[in-house]
Amino acid sequence: MPLLDRMGWRTDDFSRDDVDGGIIVPLAALRSTLDARRAGVIGVEISNDVAVDRLAPYFAQLALIAIAFPAFGDGRGFSLARRLRQAGFAGRLRAVGPLIPDQGPYAFACGFDEIELPEASLARQSEAQWAAALGAISHAYQPGYARQTSIFERRRAARAHKQESRSHA
Amino acid sequence: MYAYDEFDERFVRERVAQFRDQVARRLSGSLTEDEFRPLRLQNGLYLQLHAYMLRIAIPYGVLSSRQLRQLALIADRFDKGYGHFTTRQNLQFNWPKLSDAPDILDLLADVGMHAIQTSGNCIRNVTADHFAGVARDEIEDPRPVAELLRQWSSLHPEFSFLPRKFKVAVTGATEDRAVLKAHDVGVRILRHPESGEIGYQILAGGGLGRTPMIGKVVRDFLPKGQLLAYLDAIMRVYNSEGRRDNKYKARIKILVHELGLDAFRNAVESEFAVGPNWSAEETAELARIAPSFSKIAYDDLPAVSRIFEAAKLANPTFAEWVENALFPHRVAGYAAVTISLKPVGGVPGDMTSDQMRAFADLAERYSSGELRVTHAQNLVLPHVKLDDLFDLWRTLGALGLATANVGLVTDIIACPGLDYCALATARSIPIAQAISRRFGDSARQREIGPLQIKISGCINACGHHHVGHIGILGLEKRGQESYQVTLGGEASDNLAIGELLGPGLSADEVADAIERIVAGYLAKRRPGETFIEAVRRLGVNAFKSAFLRGAQDAAA
Amino acid sequence: MSATKQSSRKPLLPAILIANDLRAGDVLFRGAHGWTRDPAAAAIATTAVDAEALEKIGGAAVARNEIVDAYLAEVVVDRDGRPTPKHFRERFRTLGPSVRPDLGKQADFAHYAVAAE
Repeated sequence: MPLLDRMGWRTDDFSRDDVDGGIIVPLAALRSTLDARRAGVIGVEISNDVAVDRLAPYFAQLALIAIAFPAFGDGRGFSLARRLRQAGFAGRLRAVGPLIPDQGPYAFACGFDEIELPEASLARQSEAQWAAALGAISHAYQPGYARQTSIFERRRAARAHKQESRSHA
Repeated sequence: MYAYDEFDERFVRERVAQFRDQVARRLSGSLTEDEFRPLRLQNGLYLQLHAYMLRIAIPYGVLSSRQLRQLALIADRFDKGYGHFTTRQNLQFNWPKLSDAPDILDLLADVGMHAIQTSGNCIRNVTADHFAGVARDEIEDPRPVAELLRQWSSLHPEFSFLPRKFKVAVTGATEDRAVLKAHDVGVRILRHPESGEIGYQILAGGGLGRTPMIGKVVRDFLPKGQLLAYLDAIMRVYNSEGRRDNKYKARIKILVHELGLDAFRNAVESEFAVGPNWSAEETAELARIAPSFSKIAYDDLPAVSRIFEAAKLANPTFAEWVENALFPHRVAGYAAVTISLKPVGGVPGDMTSDQMRAFADLAERYSSGELRVTHAQNLVLPHVKLDDLFDLWRTLGALGLATANVGLVTDIIACPGLDYCALATARSIPIAQAISRRFGDSARQREIGPLQIKISGCINACGHHHVGHIGILGLEKRGQESYQVTLGGEASDNLAIGELLGPGLSADEVADAIERIVAGYLAKRRPGETFIEAVRRLGVNAFKSAFLRGAQDAAA
Repeated sequence: MSATKQSSRKPLLPAILIANDLRAGDVLFRGAHGWTRDPAAAAIATTAVDAEALEKIGGAAVARNEIVDAYLAEVVVDRDGRPTPKHFRERFRTLGPSVRPDLGKQADFAHYAVAAE
């Protein structure tokens, strides 16, 4: 399946089959996979209603968590990504499902690193469209989301800067 | 009024460009209609019965003369010369083309406006007390908080694909004119009963629609600086746990109801406890925004205006209008004036482009260039000198905007219904018109006194029928339009859901039925007792026989 | 949902095909030789085969991003051969807002407004 990150299409170094390299397993198989492949690079795919507590014990052993988006209009995955990041998961976060380019900035802002799309999306929506969508809005209002600073934080910084230069003057 | 800074300006310009691109991708087939629909809805663009409809955000109902003139220009250039003020303090154009929508948004951006999140399963345009900054019972002006929430909710990365729409209202007064309890979340600015500190009370789980519910207090007192973090927590719980299997059970009210208030509150508080805190940003933002709402230079005037008092005595028609149109201003010598958009027999909330331009001039001449839109689909000139009221009234009269019915039986709230709306099951406006004509006589209306009739053309309840003193809901029954009448609803602090009076009526029976109910009230009321007070005292059942009698006559 | 709303149900006949122009939003009808804004010029399907053919045309136009929300509406045919939708909702779509007779198809196509009264 096509895989995309902030920079564009990328090759998938994970697979769902038992081959060399990273493997993504369903949550039900996580325990046994971890037991059997202590050295391997392991990811888990979860539905968007899994409680963070169920995964937290495995964070250190997980290279990737893939969250399924059953439909692009189902935004639970955005909150789950936020919760996983908040709980300290530092590995890769992948969104899996029929997202559209306009959701790219939202997904990355919520903590996803990459998006795995169904083949059908590829026919209609190009890499250029995903890139354009990422650059459509320069600054978001909400603090704490994107890697870049929010409008609220920028305003505060600008005011602090002004006050500082005033006090130096 | 709040004025965009460079960040807001850039944001809204980029948003227009983004939508222009989305439209282009839709037309090229890159986006399917199913993919495009939520995108256009989040920009206020619907596909209705006859055409597209664009709903323009009027954040917390505050509008400048310059903005109103721009709306008039859009109405003439891209629509059919009129607009419709909605029950959520917004404005709708009924006939725009999809291909013109980006240009309309550019014109809006020119005057610091947009159509962001006036529809869709996201945090909708924030509403507030239409007498904000004016009312004497205000603890603090709610507009800075409302503006903060407008910005916080705009293109929210986490909360733009919620289970369903999400409506937030804010008030800073002791009397709740923003109807917080009918919203998904209500924010009430209040003083802590012991410490006297100003903070927020947070309500959640209210809403009308198919299953009307009254909002409940989730947090008694939230200190300032924690609002964004707390709302993040509520939204995260709702986004994660809200039902997505059934559109009619997807609002937060169902989640609160099914979990129970305590469990819901616990979930929110645990989320709040672990989430990041944006206290510094929030406090700084409110401090930055607040001064823009206190720039009006009032004259030092006596509390009583001799010109005004003399004009009332000399002109009884003026005095009649004044009776209901005025709301006391916190500044002596001023009043807030409600202008009815409910001419007898007219379309509730409609305004022509010519009226908009003339009204913009009036707002400039008499009210610091500012006006408000109320959820009752009327306008407010918030800062009028008592000395100027008579001149204002005369000019309004020439524009057809001096209908003296604010709060009376013909000041009817009605959604567009099946005359425009694709979701409607029956028409609303013709029902409003029929009732309005029936009770059009000025003396008769004043004799009846305050009475709120609210009409919705479908179960989604945009016309707030559940909370009308008399509510009317248009449905389809056996291939005909059919109207259910409820009694005893109230859109106030004592939010109440009306009770069904009996079987559905045909369109031409409704005005008669309303007349019978009103006659019952007039016969049974005690001196000085308003309609809703009488309904409370006598009970809804006391009115059923009058209602049913007519229905049986019609059936016989 | 947007393509052919009622295709799962058996169409009630006679019927016309109603849709919206994607760009303009106008209500369109499938006529004998293409799309028309005039409800009186709508092609009337009297057999299931005709109805299916209309739906196919609608589906193809949806796929070409010309129209949206195409569906069949049952009509009554008057003596002049003009179709009037049976359901009041679709009747309004052929006329315009009942509270603004100066706007919509009832204003643009006077012949139809008269026939519908």
